[in-house]
Amino acid sequence: MSLRVALRRAALAVAGLTALTLAAEPGAADWIEYHEFSGRLSVDGRWYPHSAAYPDQRSHASGFSVAPKLYLEDEGGRSVTLEGFYRLDGGDSHRTHADLREAYLLLFGEIGEDEWELRFGVDRVFWGVAESRHLVDIINQTDLIEHPNEEAKLGQPMVHVTLSGDWGAAEVFALPYHRLRTYPGRRGRLRTMLIVDNDRATYESGTEEWHLDFAARYSHSVGPFDFGVSVFDGTSREPTLLLGLDRDFTPILIPHYEQIRQFGLDAQMTAGAWLLKLEAIRRTGARNAALPLNMEEDYTAFVAGGEYTFYSMFDSGIDVGLLGEWNRDGRRERATNVFQNDVFVGARLAFNDVESTDLIVGMLHDADFGTRSFNAEFNRRLSDEWSLHLEAVVFSSADRMDLAYSTRRDSFVELNLTYNF
Amino acid sequence: MTLCRPTLMALSVVALCATYTVFSGAGTAANADDSSPEARGLQIAEEARARAKGFGNFTARQAMVLRNKQGQESRRQLRFKVLEVEDDGDKSIFVFDEPRDVKGTALLIHARRQGDDEQWLYLPALKRVKRISSSNRSGSFMGSEFAYEDLSAQEVEKYTHRYLRDEPCGDLTCTVSERVPVGKGSGYSRQLVWHDREELRVWKVEYYDRKNAHLKTLTLSSYEHYLDRYWQAGEMAMVNHLTGKSTDLSWSDFEFGTDLDDRDFTRTGLKRVR
Repeated sequence: MSLRVALRRAALAVAGLTALTLAAEPGAADWIEYHEFSGRLSVDGRWYPHSAAYPDQRSHASGFSVAPKLYLEDEGGRSVTLEGFYRLDGGDSHRTHADLREAYLLLFGEIGEDEWELRFGVDRVFWGVAESRHLVDIINQTDLIEHPNEEAKLGQPMVHVTLSGDWGAAEVFALPYHRLRTYPGRRGRLRTMLIVDNDRATYESGTEEWHLDFAARYSHSVGPFDFGVSVFDGTSREPTLLLGLDRDFTPILIPHYEQIRQFGLDAQMTAGAWLLKLEAIRRTGARNAALPLNMEEDYTAFVAGGEYTFYSMFDSGIDVGLLGEWNRDGRRERATNVFQNDVFVGARLAFNDVESTDLIVGMLHDADFGTRSFNAEFNRRLSDEWSLHLEAVVFSSADRMDLAYSTRRDSFVELNLTYNF
Repeated sequence: MTLCRPTLMALSVVALCATYTVFSGAGTAANADDSSPEARGLQIAEEARARAKGFGNFTARQAMVLRNKQGQESRRQLRFKVLEVEDDGDKSIFVFDEPRDVKGTALLIHARRQGDDEQWLYLPALKRVKRISSSNRSGSFMGSEFAYEDLSAQEVEKYTHRYLRDEPCGDLTCTVSERVPVGKGSGYSRQLVWHDREELRVWKVEYYDRKNAHLKTLTLSSYEHYLDRYWQAGEMAMVNHLTGKSTDLSWSDFEFGTDLDDRDFTRTGLKRVR
């Protein structure tokens, strides 16, 4: 962790504590009309049944995580939200990490018939409609070490203004600071053969992680159609991993963050039990994965597909949803991700019972390399406070050219017991 | 012609259908003897709807107790907001407080008189707003004995109506009407509805499944009067006769005439609910 990052985190922690103190101080907290403390505490175990592909890799990742959240609101509905995250992992020390997921002030009001909203601070923003991959989503950095599905996100400092009305919603974002993607350490699984060394991260911009990024999005819903068009201009969230040497001349990967521009489109049509989905991007300024030199290559990528749900199949009360999505990256074998030409098929079973039991199974098939990964997820509520999550992820990759090759022995089974408070 | 509020994909549907003004007089519709059973059934429904109009908006809390055959209980806590929309379906938001694992999850519904309702689900863990299908009418709401269609607006277009008879219900006299869902998607072949003749409040609904077996019975009670105009049931008990399961739904903290407007029922507004 660089000194700057450490200072930044310390500053944010102080800001958070100040807010907490203000809230706790009688008198000073007169503005608080409503407050709420909630969150979750989870005991997590992940087992890797196959022997490791690389030396020192552990056979498990286990420990606990906690995500407390404080919400304060005044009479006018203005609010402050603080949400932290901490994970302790006994398998990979890099996976032990803390993050400020959210710490923002939310204001809103009226302009004529329209409405404005301001979010100031650290927040998370999600864009998109697809299930197998979140292609358009770009505001927040991925907390990759949490889960290979890339759904966990790090908090992003921002000023976020929304104007909305009958005509849709227009949003602008100013993003003054860049977060590094988290990667497993030497002992961790689900990593590249060479370790990614975040301490050596480099930037294309001379202002490094302090480059001011901008983003904007227009979204609207018309009848059965929901759509959004977006643009992002700034430091890429996805680094190019460059070969380097550390101090004792061990080969490592150095993350390099380019300046990119991305145009995005996400759209969904909802018709009866059908959901039809499309996400597409055009990205310029990023480097590709061609070796030995990663060349800058502009590209287009999309994910398109749909979902059909049989409600209460055979009068069982169980909903069965079938999903299919096609991922394509115009760079194909030079793509920097595993989705260069991949088909996803899956099924979602919702039992609609008191415990909200559901089962999700999926398969991602790489049409170029023939490799596949399977995923099965089971969720069930155990009581008003406790819930259970069971998951199995199976990788199969034999092709050395496939980016998934390094995780071929990292199939895992995961169990989470969560206490929600 | 609309029978009940064509909108409410809300638990309130039943309640609003059961909402009538005191001063609009004792059900003239129920007294019309000179018409066919179908016309009388429709008249009762129309009168009920007329009396439910004009509330503007309100917020309320809902507590559900789900019981299985063995008597094991499970609880749900929700907050509900609804906005009346002129000449179209209402807009409503459900916010889930309990069970804790779905806390903060919220459902936005734009009900339509014509065509499918529009629904968006807000998932706080991912901060994702997801447009979802509204064709799941017969499915269970939160694992309870209430189906979505039991809680949503009993749109006129979705039923045909027939007056059956008058009979005593407690200290009151009720008219019993049959309504048959038209079109696809309903889990029922028909429903029997008990309205009292004085205020046109709904006291009981019997649901018959597609095989015409008596599936469920809904009993409404603890009616209270709001704004000197609207009757709102405080308790709704749904019993499933086939499974022995039941759900008690209690309403509380009604607030009418709040400052809610269109802007609170958008996707941006949905992300803001706590």
